[in-house]
Amino acid sequence: MTRIAHDDAGAVVIIGSGAGGGTLAHELTRRGIKVVLLEAGKRQSLATFSQVPGDAFVQLTWLDPRTQSGSWTVAEDYPTLPSWTCKTVGGTTVHWTGATPRLRPWELKARTTYGEMPGTSLIDWPIAFDELLPYYERAERRMVTTRRNGVPGLPASNNFKVLYNGARRLGYQHVHTGYMAINSRPADDRALCIQQGFCVQGCKTGAKWSTLYTEIPRAEQTGHLDLRIESMATRIEHGADGRVTGVVYREAGGTERRQKARLVCVACNAVETPRLLLLSESGKFPRGLANSTGQVGRHYCHHVGGFVWGFFHEPVDSWRGTTLAGIVEDETVNEPRRGFVGGYHLELVTLDLPTFPQVGLPYGWGRDFASIIDDYRNMAGMFINGEDLTRSTNRITLDPQVKDAAGLPVAHLHVDDHPNDVAMRTHAQHQGRKLYEAVSAKRVVHSRQTPATHNMCSARMSANPEQGVCNSHGQTHDIPNLFISDGSQFSSPGSANPTLTIVALALRQAQYIERQMSAREI
Amino acid sequence: MEPDAPMARRQFLKTTGVLTGVLAAGTSLALIAPARAWAVDLKVLTSAEGRTLMAVARTIVPHDKLEDAAYAVVVQSIDADAARDAAALATIRTGIGRLGADFVSAGEPERVRRLTVLEHTPFFQTMRAKTLGTLYATPMAYAYFGYQGEAFSKGGYLYRGFNDLRWLPDVPLDDSGPVPA
Repeated sequence: MTRIAHDDAGAVVIIGSGAGGGTLAHELTRRGIKVVLLEAGKRQSLATFSQVPGDAFVQLTWLDPRTQSGSWTVAEDYPTLPSWTCKTVGGTTVHWTGATPRLRPWELKARTTYGEMPGTSLIDWPIAFDELLPYYERAERRMVTTRRNGVPGLPASNNFKVLYNGARRLGYQHVHTGYMAINSRPADDRALCIQQGFCVQGCKTGAKWSTLYTEIPRAEQTGHLDLRIESMATRIEHGADGRVTGVVYREAGGTERRQKARLVCVACNAVETPRLLLLSESGKFPRGLANSTGQVGRHYCHHVGGFVWGFFHEPVDSWRGTTLAGIVEDETVNEPRRGFVGGYHLELVTLDLPTFPQVGLPYGWGRDFASIIDDYRNMAGMFINGEDLTRSTNRITLDPQVKDAAGLPVAHLHVDDHPNDVAMRTHAQHQGRKLYEAVSAKRVVHSRQTPATHNMCSARMSANPEQGVCNSHGQTHDIPNLFISDGSQFSSPGSANPTLTIVALALRQAQYIERQMSAREI
Repeated sequence: MEPDAPMARRQFLKTTGVLTGVLAAGTSLALIAPARAWAVDLKVLTSAEGRTLMAVARTIVPHDKLEDAAYAVVVQSIDADAARDAAALATIRTGIGRLGADFVSAGEPERVRRLTVLEHTPFFQTMRAKTLGTLYATPMAYAYFGYQGEAFSKGGYLYRGFNDLRWLPDVPLDDSGPVPA
């Protein structure tokens, strides 16, 4: 195991080991750059993943306290859990469902495509699709995405058969088992998917790509990675010249440590990344790091989401099979005649029995509520995943009252639905209903917005420093040796599940960092 | 839950509650349970309080043919919380007091009416959250709803019915992928 000295000022410190941080750690270490990777959570493995849904949730989920406000229904329905991400080595790639669609070229130009939208803070990404495309292709090879590069698609499960037939009868043309970073055949020294249906509990065969058992051990093999688990970063420090110099973090027992750094990459997911920048306020940077224009924490996005469930006269047994292997792409267009701008995906999904009544259904109780659950075997499911519009007032701030176990202010999320979000959700729910009714559903039920599994845009890249936190390489506008390396850097969320784009940007960022270090720019 | 527990001695030794029952013959759970009689010990709640909470849980999600034993597990979980936390116990007892002494014997419409009055109290919210969070994780619920749970230990569902639905046409290979041999 490689050890890097705490006072080694030549190290790159990456905070967070998920899709962004874990991939970046591998990319830098394989180039011979030494990396200290700080991870707040513990290290699990294929052997230790719990197969009891409630236990797995506790084992993997980021459960540190957070507060929230705003008109989105999550504030009312899930007051203590606005966001559902992971606190474990591998980050949210441990519980993710493996969907790797790309952003569309027009989604990278939100301001140009959607025009002037009152109540939004739309900008175009400072990177064109053509610049991103080679990194998408590399990321897809890295993650062995199905239906790309000749990799076969995943086979159709019962749940997908229902989605597929309904979608085709409704006239949809682009319906398939998805672009999935889940092995349809053995590859990458990982097994094939045996259709367990427990993607979210941690994939016990490793068929699903996760930095936990791909990028991170490969980075360790280079001899240049020092992974420190249960190490929660609490402050990024800087010198008199304004450049960052190191990271303060707390070990499990509460001991405070300080790691010096040549540069720091923040990849804590889009709630904790801005929190850490704000917690790092100083005399020189009284509003927090990289926040001279007040943009840190703003424009937070979560995707318009929610479940649609169809109930049929015969069994579906939707829990058998890869959780998310199915997608309808026909609504992933910008067609304002639908009553909203931006697009959405309809994606296959189901929930295990213990989770379904708690997360899958709108609030309720009594005989009618119970009758929905009585039909669990006969249920098919889909998830809406659509673009929410960036708003400067949807933001992450430090809670003025509530503190975490270390006495630091917790993150506060404020989210108001934009009328466009509401119109999109209503349209998607209606289409979902028609889809299941096209295959003779006897009942269709939809949920409200669920806790955000996709968190984005809260330290976004922008051509104009007045509109964001970092440039197109994730390098902060204010501090050249401070980088944003997760979904926080998205300029806008688009309608694609974010992991593939996070990985593509990490591959691109690693190349940039290497060149900048070689040129002694940082 | 301890099937076939020695009832007489248990009740002799205890001053707090116990919930008991017998699984219905011929149900799926009776086939797999080691014995049909069941008993759930309560640490702080009385038997009468336990029976009231079982009735509350069954009113929140009435699954008529689901065994009492499953609802008893919900009560056991609430009792365990109350044993650790005096404030939680007070919340539960306050709620029980407001339900009325005849709650267990009242008809369902009346039980719904009384719970609706309490819907925004911490008592009801605790009961609803605990019922949803506990009931459907029980082996009784798995058996009742036909849910098979984890499959890694059995090699997944790849050869155990992940694609056995026959009431709709199969998906063309172009839009899916080959089933591994």
